[in-house]
Amino acid sequence: MTLTAKPPAAAPPGDERGHAVASVSPRRPRNLRSWVRGGGLSTLAFLAPMLLVFTIFSWSPIVQSVIMSLQKTNLLDPPTWVGLDNFVHVLNDPLLGTAVMNTLSFALLALVFGFPLPILVAVLMSEVRRAKGFYSALAYLPVVVPPVVAVLLWKVFYDASPTGLFNTILGWVGIPPQPWLQSSATAMPSLVLEATWAGAGGAIIIYLAALLSVPPELYDAAEVDGASIWNKIWHVTLPQMRGILFIMLILQVIATAQVFLEPFLFTGGGPNNATVTILLLIYRSAFQNSLGGDYGEATALSVMLAIVLALLSWLYFKLTERWSTS
Amino acid sequence: MKSPRTVAIAGLAAVAMVGALAACSSGGSDSGKTELRVATFPPGADAAAYEAFEEQEAQFEEANPDIDVIGVEYEWEGPTFAVQLAGGSLPDVFTVPFTDSKTLLENGQLMDVTDEVKELGYADKFNPVILEGVTDSDGRIFGFPRQAYAMGLHYNRTLFEQAGLDPDNPPATWDEVREAAKTISEQTGKAGFMEMTQSNTGGWQLTAATVARGGSIQEDHGDGTYTSTIANDATKAALEFLQALRWEDNSLGSNFLLDWGTINQEFAAGNIGMYSSGSDVYTALVRDFSLNPDDYGLTVVPVENGGGTLGGGDIAVVSPTVDETTKAAAVTWIDWYYMQKLLNEDAAVKDAETLAASDQAVGTPLLPVLNRETYEESLTWIEPYINVPRDQMTPFIDGVWDQTPVGEPKGKTQEIYALLDVVVQAVLTDQNADIDALLAQADADAQALLDE
Repeated sequence: MTLTAKPPAAAPPGDERGHAVASVSPRRPRNLRSWVRGGGLSTLAFLAPMLLVFTIFSWSPIVQSVIMSLQKTNLLDPPTWVGLDNFVHVLNDPLLGTAVMNTLSFALLALVFGFPLPILVAVLMSEVRRAKGFYSALAYLPVVVPPVVAVLLWKVFYDASPTGLFNTILGWVGIPPQPWLQSSATAMPSLVLEATWAGAGGAIIIYLAALLSVPPELYDAAEVDGASIWNKIWHVTLPQMRGILFIMLILQVIATAQVFLEPFLFTGGGPNNATVTILLLIYRSAFQNSLGGDYGEATALSVMLAIVLALLSWLYFKLTERWSTS
Repeated sequence: MKSPRTVAIAGLAAVAMVGALAACSSGGSDSGKTELRVATFPPGADAAAYEAFEEQEAQFEEANPDIDVIGVEYEWEGPTFAVQLAGGSLPDVFTVPFTDSKTLLENGQLMDVTDEVKELGYADKFNPVILEGVTDSDGRIFGFPRQAYAMGLHYNRTLFEQAGLDPDNPPATWDEVREAAKTISEQTGKAGFMEMTQSNTGGWQLTAATVARGGSIQEDHGDGTYTSTIANDATKAALEFLQALRWEDNSLGSNFLLDWGTINQEFAAGNIGMYSSGSDVYTALVRDFSLNPDDYGLTVVPVENGGGTLGGGDIAVVSPTVDETTKAAAVTWIDWYYMQKLLNEDAAVKDAETLAASDQAVGTPLLPVLNRETYEESLTWIEPYINVPRDQMTPFIDGVWDQTPVGEPKGKTQEIYALLDVVVQAVLTDQNADIDALLAQADADAQALLDE
C-alpha cells in the first residue's frame, strides 16, 4: 500500500489542495459504516464484558470515592457537598500524626527485616540441589494459611502470660516473659514479625523464578574467573535480579503503607494507639461509629493516601529509571 | 473482516455477562406469603439455639400463616452494624442498644411504630425512662424496648473456692474486689479481675465504674447540648483502682486488649476470677461460649459515694425501608416474639417451655422494661422452666433493687467510649501513665466531639 497511489475520486469543493492532503493522510477519518465493516462491532462485543466489569467494580468505586470525599454522607440520607472540609478535618485529626508515624514505623521495620529475608532465602534455596520442591512448598505454606487464621494462630503464640508459646520458649533460655502485643513498645515489631512470616513465601517464589532466568553461562564465566559464592551472588545474581527487586520494593512500600489486617485483628490499634495505622484510621472514620460513620472523611483520607502513594511510585520510578533498566 | 459468527459469539458473551450481573439482584417470594427477615442470634450459637428458634418460628407461622419468618444471624457490634446499615443488609426486624436508638431515629433510620404501639396498648406500660430513648421530640415512638440490664459483677465460683474464698459471699466493696482479685491471682495463677479495653467496651466499662463511684462522664443540658465531665474524681478513682490491680497487685492477668466477645471467652474458659458486664450476659456465656454453669456467680457491682449501676438494654426495631405489609408483619413478630412473654402468662410459659426444651437459658436476671411488678409476676409464671442457676445469682437478684439504675450518657456515646478505650489501655500497659493528664486530654477531645 502506498500513501499517494490514487487521487480521491472527488476533491472537496473550494479547496484546491484538499485532495492532496487527503491522499497523504495516514489516518483517514473513518465513518461508522467502515468502522463496522472493519470489525469494530465484534471488537467492541469482545471488549464489552471486560469494560463492564472494570467500570462497575474498579473505576466507578474510584470515581465515587473521589466524589464522596467532597461530601458529607451516611450513605442513607442524601449527601451534602462540603467541598474540602473533609480534607481539612482529616488533616486536623490529632490521631493522623500518630497513624502516619506508626505506618512509617511498620513500613521501615518491614523493609529492614521483611525485604532482605525472602531474597536471602530464595538465593539459598536456589543453591539447594535436592528436594527443591519440598523447600518451596515449605516456604510458601504460610501464604496458603488464610490471613485471619494466621493472625489467630499468632495471637496464641503471642500470649503474654508465662505459659504463652513464645514466652515458654524464651523461658527455656532464661529470658523473662515478654508482653508482645500488650505493650506499646513491642506491639508494632510483633505485627511486623507476623506480617513478614505471612508474606515472605510469595516473595520467595517470585525471587526463585527470577533466579531461574539468570543465564547459567554467567555463573560459569564467574567460576572460571575464580569467583566465590558470595562474589557470584554480588556480581551476577543481584545485578540480574535488579528489575524484579525494584518492582518488589515499590510493591512492598505500597502494601505496607496500606497495612490494616494485622493491627485490626491483633490489637485494634492499641495498646494506647501504638498500632493505629492510616488504614485503620480510615476504617475507624467510616465504621467505628455504629451509627453510620463519616464516610466523607474516610474517603478523603483514602484519596490523600492514594495520591501520596501514586506520587511516591512515580518519584521512585523516575529516580531509579536509569539504574533499574541498565 | 470478522465473520458474523464471531460477532454473534462475542455478543452472546456480553449478553450472558450482563444477564449474570442482573441475576445477582433478583429476589422475591414465590409462596405468596410476606417474607420477614428477623434477627436471631450471633454467628456461633449452638445447635440447640437454632432448634429453639425453629420451634418458635413454627409456632408463630402457625398462628400467622400469611407470614414467612426467616431467621438471620445478627449481632450488634459497632463496626458491623455500621456496615450493615450502610449496605442495607440489616434484617427487617433487629435490635439496637439504647445508646444508638436516639440518633438512629433522628437520622430517619428507624420505622415509626407509634400507631402500632398504641394499638397494642403498650404506650403507657413501658418504663417511661426507657421509652424516652425511642421517642422523638414530637412524641413519636420508633421501637419496642424489649430487654434491659444493670451492670453486674460476674465471678467464677470455682476459682473463688480454689483461692479459699467463699463464693456465696462475694466482694461487696471495691476494696474487697481488689483483695479477692489478689488472692485469686496468687492462689490460682489466673487473672483475679479483668477489664474490657477494646471496641468501645473500655469506655463503656470505665463509665460504669465511674457511675458506681458516684460520678458521671457527661452533663446533659436537656437541649441537645452536653458538657464533658470526664476529668472527675470518680473516673480517676476507677482508673487508680485498675492501676493498683495491674501494677501493684499484678492481678489483672496478661491480656489488656479485650472486648465483649473475648472477655466472655476468657471467662467461660475459666481464666478470669471477676469482671464487670451487663447482668444479661449469662445467656451468651452459656449459649455462645460454652460456660460451665457450675462455675458461674453474679453479684451487684459495688457502689459508693451515692453511685448507681449503669443500665442499658436493647430495642426491637423495624427497618425504615420495608413496605407497609412487611411493617405490619414485623410488628406482629415483635409483639409475639419479644413482648407477649413479658405481658401474657400463656405466651411467657410457652416461650419458657420452648427455650427450656432446647436447653436455652430461662430466667437470666434482667431489669424490667415495663415495671417491676409485671416483671416479677412473669418470673412466677415461668418458675418451673427456669434453668439458670438463680441461687448462684442471689447476691445480684437481692441487691440490684437497692441500687439506682443510671442510663448511659447520650451525647456521642460510642465515640466517647472509643476515646476512653485508649485511656484504659494506657493505664493498663504503661506503668508511668499519668491519669490526670490522660483524663484532661480525653475530656478535651470529648468536648470537641460534643461541640461538633
